[in-house]
Amino acid sequence: MTTTRETKRSESWTMKTIRIRHVRPYGEDPTDLHVRDGVLVDPVSDPDETIDADGLIALPGLVDLHTHLREPGGEEAETVGTGSAAAALGGYTAVFAMPNTDPVADSPVVVEHVWRRGREVGLVDVHPVGAVTVGLEGAKLAEMGMMAASPAGVRMFSDDGRCVNDPLIMRRALEYARALGAVVAQHAEDHRLTVGAQAHEGPVAARLGLAGWDPTAEESIIARDVMLAAAAGARLHVCHLSTARSTEILRWGRETLDAANGFSVSAEVTPHHLLLTDTAAEDYDPVHKVNPPLRPAADTEALRRALADGTLDCVATDHAPHAVEAKDCEWSAARPGMLGLQTALPVVVTTMVATGLLDWRGVARVCSEAPARIAGLTDQGRPLVAGEPATLTLVDPDAEWTVRGAALASRADNTPYEGMEMPVSVVHTMLRGRWTVRDGKVVGNER
Amino acid sequence: MTGATDTGIGLRHLLSTEGLRREQAEALLDTAAGMEQALTGRAVRKLPTLRGRTVVTLFYENSTRTRVSFEVAGKWMSADTINVSASASSVSKGESLRDTAATLGAAGADCLIVRHPASGAPHRIAAWLDRVGHSHLGREGHVAVVNAGDGTHEHPTQALLDAATLRARLGQVEGTHVTIVGDILHSRVARSNAHLLATLGARVTLVAPPTLLPVGVGDWPVTVSHDLDATLATGPDAVMMLRVQAERMHGGFFPSAREYAIRFGLSQDRADRLPDHAVVLHPGPAVRGMEIASSVADSSRAAIAEQVTAGVHVRMAVLYHLLAGEDVA
Repeated sequence: MTTTRETKRSESWTMKTIRIRHVRPYGEDPTDLHVRDGVLVDPVSDPDETIDADGLIALPGLVDLHTHLREPGGEEAETVGTGSAAAALGGYTAVFAMPNTDPVADSPVVVEHVWRRGREVGLVDVHPVGAVTVGLEGAKLAEMGMMAASPAGVRMFSDDGRCVNDPLIMRRALEYARALGAVVAQHAEDHRLTVGAQAHEGPVAARLGLAGWDPTAEESIIARDVMLAAAAGARLHVCHLSTARSTEILRWGRETLDAANGFSVSAEVTPHHLLLTDTAAEDYDPVHKVNPPLRPAADTEALRRALADGTLDCVATDHAPHAVEAKDCEWSAARPGMLGLQTALPVVVTTMVATGLLDWRGVARVCSEAPARIAGLTDQGRPLVAGEPATLTLVDPDAEWTVRGAALASRADNTPYEGMEMPVSVVHTMLRGRWTVRDGKVVGNER
Repeated sequence: MTGATDTGIGLRHLLSTEGLRREQAEALLDTAAGMEQALTGRAVRKLPTLRGRTVVTLFYENSTRTRVSFEVAGKWMSADTINVSASASSVSKGESLRDTAATLGAAGADCLIVRHPASGAPHRIAAWLDRVGHSHLGREGHVAVVNAGDGTHEHPTQALLDAATLRARLGQVEGTHVTIVGDILHSRVARSNAHLLATLGARVTLVAPPTLLPVGVGDWPVTVSHDLDATLATGPDAVMMLRVQAERMHGGFFPSAREYAIRFGLSQDRADRLPDHAVVLHPGPAVRGMEIASSVADSSRAAIAEQVTAGVHVRMAVLYHLLAGEDVA
């Protein structure tokens, strides 16, 4: 469907008042939302701009705890500019940029640079994630306190791409982060168990002759970290959790483990682990190579149920752009990772809404409210009521589209969904009262 | 597609034995036997079948025996054979696999015979070449790809030559019991044989310690055992010993070469317990004294030299069905 809008003045974001007419907050009954000075307000009698949102669903702007923007150092695959555009087009208003850049974001200088680049682009709030250890080497704690105190205000630390494998370093990181009000996000993978591993260890990998990736590599680290965090009264976040057994460990950690005050464990699941299975490797196209690897259908089903029942807190994209040379090659030579920002919401709808596991309130919870809470954001993932920030996304639940990697905003095109039909479209995105996407196109602040 | 001579068996590439239909496999084995007959007694071992066809071997791993076998097969059918050696040590340096494949296709290769350390590399090459097409060269836009061993995945012509050898020794493959012993986990020979032998109606038992069996082997059309003596006691018609590569001996997959030899080696004593007609196969090169005793390898039971000869005939058959089936200009 298309939407129309009536504009009384020039299309500048400096407009004071906006009426979003006949929109369905959380997919519920149609109403009008009003915006003034970046905030949702009570009805305005004579708005400067009115957009007809008949049939559109309003959600709080989406928040991604796991994004690779590749800048600095990987600009052939993505930049803060192109990644922010992809995020806005996907309905996101905040992203957390992982620190495995070149140089690594393990110092106040680098995190502040990324944060400033995000502000310059202005399409989404870019929150740098700080490295846990210097150079992601797992040996020496990075200057977490200085990164927390920098203008970037880092509150999430991770060595993502690498696991903080050393249990003593992980314990110290959890303890140290507690005083900063920060959360440690672990890429759970015991590297000793995944030497040379290429695909989920099981019948498919055995048949394809791809070295098996033992799921215990993930599960054993999660079990260990939950115990470390419980003992330390620390906050642990598990990145891209991918197996049924991992969800069982989470339940055990929360429900039966004796824990010190302050302990919490949260976990994210990626859209691709909700939708795709290990059989995708059968054509040896490394566009399906990802870390952790795609799992069997039984895991996919368990992850969906765990997301629905709250065992898994949120969806995070693990958006991982790679230049074509890193993907258009033989499987074992390819880099792991796939694009995710522009396809995340439709994949969540396919796997969770169309299946009846979540309603749109649930989508708002797992894609916006929960990640904002985990990261400690106070101005994202807020209710769509007067007095709250006008940070939202408007979704057409009936507008199907076909994924074409070349048409995505990212510089790279490594989507595993090439040619796939997506059931819903993000039509408009608003960040604190300013349109960042309108009618499916990025607005303003060209980089 | 089949052109003037109907040689088509519905084979565009030979990438794996998994998925190879029984009639295709038997046609290849029948053709291989026919090649052997056609060459027998000839003063000049040269058939004109593939004159004007260009066959390129593209090897990213050293393998004298496999490369020579393909090269001889091509030459005996009058194809122009070209050998390309490449290094897969670094993708960031040098030419990518895709560029190399595209170059050889564009330069006029009718067939690429690929050996590569990465599982699935020949599949990728076949997909790239199929997507591009080469109709500008007036050849129906098809470059055939033969997998000559990809990583730890498959080695389909090895399985075909093993089946040809079993046919010659035992009279047939259907109904026989074949035991495959050794490093199943890393063996492309084992994967190709497990599928092909099952397709041809043989019963297959894999024997290995659990560390050398893939997780998920339960889905294969085979029986699995960890006890070589118990399996040999069932009187198999053939025993195929796999090579144990040196790097596995130090990789913690088993305690020592000595213990492996004692538990999984085909000693003279074990060979003596086999039925009289039973045949011993080894894809070579064999580590004598470890996986197979020298006296067994040199005995009349062993078909190791016959396997090599059958390899040439089988590869002639593969090239014939992939290449001669097309319209020869």
